[in-house]
Order: sequence, then structure tokens, then C-alpha cells
Amino acid sequence: MEIKYKKNGSNVMVQIHGELDEYSAVKAKTIIPQIINDNLYCNSFIFDLSGLTFMDSTGIGLLIGRYKKLKQNGIQAYISGASIAAGKVVVLAGIYKIMPKC
Amino acid sequence: MSLNNKMQLKFLSISKNEAFARNVVGCFVLQLNPSLAELADIKTAVSDAVTNCIVHGYGQTIGEIILEAEISDSTVHIKVLDQGVGISDLSVAMEPFYTTRPDEERSGMGFTIMQSFMDNVSVKSALGKGTEVCMKKNIGEKKEGA
Repeated sequence: MEIKYKKNGSNVMVQIHGELDEYSAVKAKTIIPQIINDNLYCNSFIFDLSGLTFMDSTGIGLLIGRYKKLKQNGIQAYISGASIAAGKVVVLAGIYKIMPKC
Repeated sequence: MSLNNKMQLKFLSISKNEAFARNVVGCFVLQLNPSLAELADIKTAVSDAVTNCIVHGYGQTIGEIILEAEISDSTVHIKVLDQGVGISDLSVAMEPFYTTRPDEERSGMGFTIMQSFMDNVSVKSALGKGTEVCMKKNIGEKKEGA
């Protein structure tokens, strides 16, 4: 599982590639919070899941945890690119209600 | 064509085995020609069941998880067993978003995912006696070539 990110003005896009489960979430829970802390000035964060080949409920916990941190700092969070691997899990958990699709 | 086949896998409750377990079952059900969506459903449900064993069943200890799968006609029956701490109140544990570890950013959606992605889920558990999760899914015929 790899995490990349890029900035576009006041928007940050975090791309998660590979498989996101309990094992790989340990790494994600170290890297993504650091990206957020380094970019607290931004207006929005987009979690690009198009590179995910697998995600289970661990990913939901991770996304909700990041959403809470972003919300505390007045930053809007979005989800993009959730396909077969992650899309159904994201829909089931109602994530789009708090992190809209973009 | 109806097939009857079964497998059993026994492995340690370490996190890196989540991928191993779900991919073993994923490979096993390929003989039923599942769609990509069906395959993703099964692998996700297995991954969550196994993760429950590792995180909740055994916690800080290491134990054994048994994964069984059986194919009967076009249905795959999957069983995930552990000899961990067990669940005191199943109905509460299976509620969406319920988790005993909210401080660890756990979604509490594991059982909900299993129930939504599989056709049927049944759980047996008792404190100190481990947990057994049984789930099954009927796989459709392959829709199109390639």
C-alpha cells in the first residue's frame, strides 16, 4: 500500500494505492495524519481511492478518523474514484454523507 | 455444472495474514466464475471476519484462526473460527458502527459488511469459548465471455 499526495492551490489530494486493510492501515495512520498536519491551511482534502485494489471496514475507520481531524480544522473532505474495490464499502458506511463524492 | 469442493486453512492471528486469507478464499471461489463484484464481496467479508478474530478475538495474544470454505453447486459456504475471548452480547456486537475500541478509530462495520456482502451470516460465540462466523454466497453464472 502506497500513499501519495499532491497540492493544487489550497486543495490537497491524497492518493491511496494498493490494499487497505488492518495490516496496511498502520502505515496509513502514520502517513496521512502527517500530511494533514503539514497542510492545515488548505481549504479541502480529497481522498482519491481510484488506486485502491481492496478495502475492508478498516478503511472506513481510517477515513472517518481523518474526517474528524479535518473538520476540527475547518477543512472540507471529499472522496473520489472509489470503484469496485472500495465503492460498495464506502456507500454502505454512508461516508458520502460526510465526505461527498467529487 | 455443479461442483463440490472444500478447503481448510489454519493460520496465526497476525495482521499480515488478512490478505493471505482473503486471497486464498478468492482463489478458491474462482472455480465458480464469480463476477469482479462478487469476488470483491467475498474477499471483503472474509477480510473483516479474519480481522475480527485478530483484533478482538485474540487481541494482544497470538492464536490460531481456522478458515473453511465449501462449494456446493453455485454456493460457497465460508466458516471463520477462532478460540479467542468470545463475544458476550452478539446482538450488540453486530449493530452497525458498534465497536469496543472507539479510541482506535475502528468503524464497527465489520459484521454489517459481512451481512451486506454475503447472502447469509450466522455467528456463534460465548465468552472464553471463541467465535464462529458462518457465511454463504450464491454465485451467478459468468455473464459474458472474457
